[in-house]
Amino acid sequence: MAKHVIAALREFPAGTRKLVDIKGRQIAVFNIKGEFFALANRCPHQGGSLCEGRLTGLVEAKEPGEYRYSRQGEIIRCPWHGWEFDVRTGKSWCDPSRIRARQFSVSVAPGAALVEGPYVAETFAVSVEDEYVVLDA
Amino acid sequence: MTASWSTIDCDVHVNVPSMQALLPHLDEYWRDSVVDRGMNSLESISYPPNAPLTARPDWRGKGGAPANTLDALRTHALDRWNIDIAICHCLYGVQLLYSEDMAAAFAKAINDWVAKEWLDRDPRLRASIVVPMQNTEFAVAEIERCAADQRFVQVLVLCMGEMPLGRRQYWPVYEAAERHGLPLGIHAGSSYRHPVTSLGWPSWYVEDYAAQSQGFQSQLASLVCEGVFVKYPKLKVVLLESGVTWLPAFLWRLSKFWRGVRLEVPWIDRSPAEIVRDHVRLTIQPFDGPDDPAAVAKLIEHMQSDDMLLFASDFPHWQFDGDAIMPAGIPQKLHGKIRRDNALATYSRLAEQAA
Repeated sequence: MAKHVIAALREFPAGTRKLVDIKGRQIAVFNIKGEFFALANRCPHQGGSLCEGRLTGLVEAKEPGEYRYSRQGEIIRCPWHGWEFDVRTGKSWCDPSRIRARQFSVSVAPGAALVEGPYVAETFAVSVEDEYVVLDA
Repeated sequence: MTASWSTIDCDVHVNVPSMQALLPHLDEYWRDSVVDRGMNSLESISYPPNAPLTARPDWRGKGGAPANTLDALRTHALDRWNIDIAICHCLYGVQLLYSEDMAAAFAKAINDWVAKEWLDRDPRLRASIVVPMQNTEFAVAEIERCAADQRFVQVLVLCMGEMPLGRRQYWPVYEAAERHGLPLGIHAGSSYRHPVTSLGWPSWYVEDYAAQSQGFQSQLASLVCEGVFVKYPKLKVVLLESGVTWLPAFLWRLSKFWRGVRLEVPWIDRSPAEIVRDHVRLTIQPFDGPDDPAAVAKLIEHMQSDDMLLFASDFPHWQFDGDAIMPAGIPQKLHGKIRRDNALATYSRLAEQAA
């Protein structure tokens, strides 16, 4: 595991996502209302690209005809078969204990801290004045 | 005596011999209507009298007519196989009627005829309540009327009716069934409101009968997805004369696709296969299995449950020859469950009577 600077914070606004390649591993990174989440970009079902899925909410019901809707935008649906994954945990909805997308931690760090390393900056220069999104992968 | 029950036959047929038999059980208006309108019979085309399926050759009476007497039932089934309890199903066209009132009148007449001519005459017999599903209120009323008689142990509907059975319009029927401890028995057959295949009308009888398993599949999907078992968690459903071997593959398919679109039915919070295994039972004739016992054993494994199969002869229908009711290959350790225990776990009224 190493820390990888993947973007400047101002270039990764809320409501957007990025697909990053860390030494051949594809990782989907989401900014959801200012919080960052990262999942392996390979659906554990059949390998669909989670980064290309739709973000939706969690719908639950105690009885037929009820639709309790919460956590809007925090559930990613695989674009291939529609399976739902919680972006906060990577767990699938249908079988959370067995089927889950691998999760990575993401943080935001000031440029001043990053220049001191041990970070792997990607293809851009880090400025001490800016903040950056850092992926631990 | 009851403690010694060893075999419960969950599907035998009793047939109305003629319209005359029902007359004493109709009120005056309907009795006169039968004569005035020239109503000779309400038989549907589900079991044409001369079709091989309709009765085993050795179970046909005079002139080749399917056996329909208590003596025949005793000789050919109850005594022959030491059956302690048999659940009678009367299929007689009530579901085909367009008039809700007429359907209610004939459902009542059939249930009363069954009680008088069969249940009163042999203590081994139980029956399912025929209900006029054309009108939910009437169906509930018929359940309420019959449920006081503990010999009625199930509610009987046909596999193919006017609408999928899971629809909320029918829920009062399931509420009443659950409250009285009556499973919902779904028997092969159609009210012929719609073609018996989703493609349209087939040309031949064999297509109609084979298509019943598609009907059962659609009914299971409807009951599960509409949330009937969430709403009525104690309700059991028994598939009668449904065939068995189609079930595992259908459950894999239903459960697989549920994973991708479960957002549409959020009340289904576990795999449909699990729900079906908890709530649904199937009678073992017809079984629709291969001749190879090893392949049958494999199929049983695919059920992933030892609790789902119920013993049944389907008398007098020709599903097997000789005494081979139990399909070869069903593991010996399951025989007791299939013959008795699973039925007692399904029919709460039988369990009370056995206690």
